[in-house]
This record gives sequence, C-alpha cells and structure tokens, in this order.
Amino acid sequence: MSSEWPLWEVFIRGQHGLNHRHVGSLHAPDAEMAINNARDVYTRRNEGVSIWVVRSADITASAPSEKGPLFDPSNSKVYRHPTFFDIPDEVGHM
Amino acid sequence: MYAQMVKTDAARVKSLDEMEPQERTFQERVDQGQKIEPKEWMPEGYRKTLIRQISQHAHSEIVGQLPEGNWITRAPTLERKAILLAKVQDEAGHGLYLYCAAETLGVSRDEMYEQLHSGKAKYSSIFNYPTLTWADIGAIGWLVDGAAIMNQVPLQRCSYGPYARAMVRICKEESFHQRQGYDILMKMVKGTPAQKAMVQDALNRWWWPSLMMFGPSDDASVHSAQSMAWKIKQNSNDELRQKFVDQTVPQAEYLGLTVPDPDLKWNEEKGGYDFGEPDWEEFFNVIAGNGPCNAERLDARRKAWDDGAWFRDGLTAHAEKAAGRRAAAKIAAE
Amino acid sequence: MATAAVDPAARQAALFEFLARIGDNALILGHRVSEWCGHAPALEEDIALANTALDLIGQTQLWLGLAGEVEDKGRSADDLAYLRDGYEFRNILLVERPNGDFGKTLMRQFLFDAWHYLLLKALKGSSDRRIADIAEKAFKEVSYHLDRSRDLVIRLGDGTAESHSRMQASLDELWAFTGEMFMSDALDAELAEAGIIPAPQSLKPGWDEIVAEALTEGTLKKPADGYMHRGGRRGVHTEHLGFILAEMQFLQRAYPGATW
Repeated sequence: MSSEWPLWEVFIRGQHGLNHRHVGSLHAPDAEMAINNARDVYTRRNEGVSIWVVRSADITASAPSEKGPLFDPSNSKVYRHPTFFDIPDEVGHM
Repeated sequence: MYAQMVKTDAARVKSLDEMEPQERTFQERVDQGQKIEPKEWMPEGYRKTLIRQISQHAHSEIVGQLPEGNWITRAPTLERKAILLAKVQDEAGHGLYLYCAAETLGVSRDEMYEQLHSGKAKYSSIFNYPTLTWADIGAIGWLVDGAAIMNQVPLQRCSYGPYARAMVRICKEESFHQRQGYDILMKMVKGTPAQKAMVQDALNRWWWPSLMMFGPSDDASVHSAQSMAWKIKQNSNDELRQKFVDQTVPQAEYLGLTVPDPDLKWNEEKGGYDFGEPDWEEFFNVIAGNGPCNAERLDARRKAWDDGAWFRDGLTAHAEKAAGRRAAAKIAAE
Repeated sequence: MATAAVDPAARQAALFEFLARIGDNALILGHRVSEWCGHAPALEEDIALANTALDLIGQTQLWLGLAGEVEDKGRSADDLAYLRDGYEFRNILLVERPNGDFGKTLMRQFLFDAWHYLLLKALKGSSDRRIADIAEKAFKEVSYHLDRSRDLVIRLGDGTAESHSRMQASLDELWAFTGEMFMSDALDAELAEAGIIPAPQSLKPGWDEIVAEALTEGTLKKPADGYMHRGGRRGVHTEHLGFILAEMQFLQRAYPGATW
C-alpha cells in the first residue's frame, strides 16, 4: 500500500468577526491542497469566510487524565461569573 | 440501516458491579450522558465496535453514491441533474466525515478501504439493488434516506463525541435528501400513466429492501443490548422499522400508491400498522454477497481506488519534493 | 465602431449562436465531469470535482436560458439541452473528449479553464448587459476552477515518473483540440465589432502565457502547434457527442412531453 495523505484539522470562520471553529478533518498531500479541499468539502453551503488547516499530528492536546488538575481549579472561582453577584432588580440592567 | 448487525464481541452485558474501576467510571459517564472523546480510556470492545459501526456507515455512504450516481448523466432536466449531483456529492462528504470520525479511534482510512475492498467489511444491503428507472431515484430519496434519517437522528446523541458530531452535520445536510426524492415522485404521479406506473413499480421493488435496512429483529441480541448500554445504538431494529412504516404508509397513500404488502393493516389498539415479514433469506443472501449488484458495486469501488493510485502517489511525491525545495531554499538563505 | 445599420434578425441569430456555443461548452463539459461522481481517486477529489460540475450546470442554465430568450420562440434552457440533436450543438470538440484517466480529465479541465477564465473576464465588459451579468457570476466560479486545475496539473507533472508521463501523454493528445478556442468566423467578428464579445484570437496571448507558465512549473513540454481539429462550433462533432446526448436526453426522448 502506498503512503496515505496526512490528516488535517479544518477550522472555519463562519462570519466576519467570529472565531475560527473546528469543523472536521480531511486528507491532503500538503497544506495548500488541504485548504482547497477544505473549501470544497466544508463550505459547500456557503459556510465560511476564512479557512485554517493544521496537520492533526501537529496538535498538542491536554491529556484526558489531567482533566481534573487543569480545569477543576477554575470551578471554585465562581466570582469570575456575573451570576455570582446579586444585584437588586431596582438597579436595572448591569 | 446504514450499519446493520454490528457485532460487539460481548458474550453478555456486564453489570456495573462486575466492572473494574476504570470501566465502571467509563460506563457511569456514558450512563450520565457524557460524551467519550478520542484518547480517553475506553473498553477495547467499545473501540472495536465503534470502528466496525462507523466504518460500515462510511462505506455505505460511498457505495451508496453508485446506484444514484448512475442516473446523474441521465437526469431529465438541468435542475434535477444539479440536485442529484449535489445529493450524491453530499454522500461522499458524509462518507468523509464518518471515516474521519473512525480515524480518531486509531484506524486509518486506507485500512478501512482495504477492509471494504477485500469484502471483509460490510455496507448496507440496500445499495446492492439496482436503480432501473428515474422513479428509483425518487424512491431512494424517499424510502432509503427516510429510513437512514430515522436511525441517524438518535445517533446525534450517541456517546462517542466525534461520531455524534459527524451525525449532527450529516443530519443537517441530509434534510433536503428525502424531500428531493419525494418531490421527484410527486411530480411523476401527476404526470402520464407511464410515469405513474414507473413510480408504483419503484415502490414495489424498494419497499421490502427498505424494511430490511433496519436488520432482523434484535430484541434478543446481546450485541444490540451491549451497543445500547454503550449508547451507540438507541432503538431496537423493530422499533425503528415500526416507526418507519407508520410514517411512510400515509406518504405512499398521498401519492396514490399501493404498498406491496397484503398484510399491511392499521392496528387501532397499538396505534400503528401491522405489516408482513420481509424475506430474511433474501436479506442474508444480499449480505453474503449474492445481491443483484454486489459484484458491480465492489468492482466500481476497487477500480476507483486502484486506478487512482498513481494520482495519489503523484501528489504525495510532489508535496515531498516541494517541501524539500523549501527547506533547501531556507538553508541557502541562512 | 460600426456605423452601418444592424439587421436585428441577423444580430439576434448571431447572439443566439454565440450563447449556444458558450452554453453548450458548459453543458457538455459539466456532463463529462459529472461522470466522475463516485469514481474519483480520493474522496476529497470526488467532492471537489462535483463542485466544478455543479458550477458548469448552473452556468448552462443561465447561458441557454438567455439563448432561449434571445431566440424568442419559447424554448427553455431544458428544451435546448434535451431536445436538440448533435448537429445543433455548438460546443468545441475539446469538451466532448472522453474523460480518460483522472489526469486527462484534469488536463482537459486546465486547458479549458485557462481559456474560459479569459473569455469570461472579457465578457464581464460586454456591451450586452445580460451577458456581462452572467459572466460576472461565472467568472468567480471559473477563477477557482482554474486555480485548482492548474495546481493539479503542475503537481502531477512534477510528481512521480508515472504521473509525469500520464500528464504529458494527456497534453499531447488534447493539444490538437485547443486551437478551436481561438478560431473566428463572421459571427465572431460581427459580435466582437459590436463590443459584445472579445475577438477569439485576442485571448490567445493570455492563454499561451497561463499555459506556458503552468507547464514549465510542472516540467511538462508544450507540444508544437500542428493541425488543430475543428467543427464543434458549427455543429460538426466527433462521434462522442452522439453517445453523450443519447444518455443525457434519454428520458426526454423516450417520454415526449412528460414533465419531471
């Protein structure tokens, strides 16, 4: 079997002003072709204004086992969320 | 269904008490409706079953391009041609999303192709039936996509994150597929007697194979029970088949068609239709490779793959050369 | 600009002829490309090529739709596509060439796209507003077609020894079908004079440049300009067109008057 084209992760900016969002993956021989393929595969219904691609192998992910230490500490910092503070209704929108 | 009779390797479904701590945590997360993501710990059986199910689903999408694809060049108007091409193209896209979802479980697309081409992996029985008239294109959209949607909608909530997300995208895109099929038939039944006869003939041929898509009754199947415990299957085959019949019969009546089942009868008590038993011998024969089009379908897929090898290799070679040249230019510049 | 009075009937006929030429090119090439759906060498390519075919079918609807309007005999784009016989088709011979291997399909696409791109670019400035509007939309689509087919021709030319030799063989075979794009007759001259279309030969230098650049980058050798096949633009086709139409028009011919 000949060698398979590498896998790429595709990120698309759906509208001006929004973040790029991960939409899926595809295979392509290099980055330029991955962009073209992403245009053809993931924007068939007018979904994008900008495309990023990155080789799946180049993504460093947090290990699932570290999920506790990485994310639990922020659970206790509830004061970072606006709902933590009770503002009387009379004050109006804040 | 697009994935039929997926085996799980389970002899029976374990209870939480019987599980090792890791598996127990996993099962509890599934029970709570949490999504399992790639690289997280999962039982080997779960991983293997998912690979089987997702790749079978993916194979069905790309083999499913063929029966409809052979009418793209014969579509009767420019608009019908564009719609059908867009639909069959979507199926390629869905195959692609699903292969990618399976790849997150540690299998490559090439390996999955190899399994398809060697006949080891299965795809849905329905695509081994021939498309003989333009009405068949309508019938496939209406019945086959209709049956597929019935299975795919609940799969959007399945426990494996990448599969669930692929399903969300697929369901969104597929919403027009069933309608385009029904639209073809609505137009034809309002047409000439020959057109009407074509539609009835299509229903006669596609009705039973469509019911077979859900697979034989699996109420007693350990694989089905295990898949349900893992939340990669949400409903039994019989439940989905009943739902499909209940939904489809009134649609057939609206078209003025006769469903080719003498046992079909409304059952007031259960609030659904009673209907006859599909010919399971035919089903098992089609699964075993004896359907009318099994050989053609597999040959077409193999040919596309083998004939395209030079193309894929050519692009790989160019990408490597270009990367080499870029690296050399960079060194020269430094 | 010509000052002689224009015969409206002759102008209408010339315009119809031009619209049939450009519309039939899109129709027949779109048909050929759509034959690949489900059979391409990679899923990504299958999807990409279907996009090209979809664009071409869409352009067909616009060009032949306008042709029917101009003709004013109540024929729709579908009537023109499905109810004319081969001798009434006006596409160039290049687009009816069989697909061959994937490389030949891409080479045919590239040679056509480079010309189509330049033609549409010029038509955006047509003195006929209706033509300029369609060209405006089609030009965007075809710019992408050209980007893609050029890129693939270069990559495959500069790929493996096998991909190189396949691309060279395709180029050598198709080359004799490129001359027809730049041939001119009285009708072209008249419409060019009126600023409705560019003179066909005026597109040649630009096409030569696009093609030469890509071939050089793809390490492919440009064939010598020898005899060029012709005939499609006046309805004299190769045998291939008849089979395309037999397939494409089957339902409309087998069930006259039925609607679908």
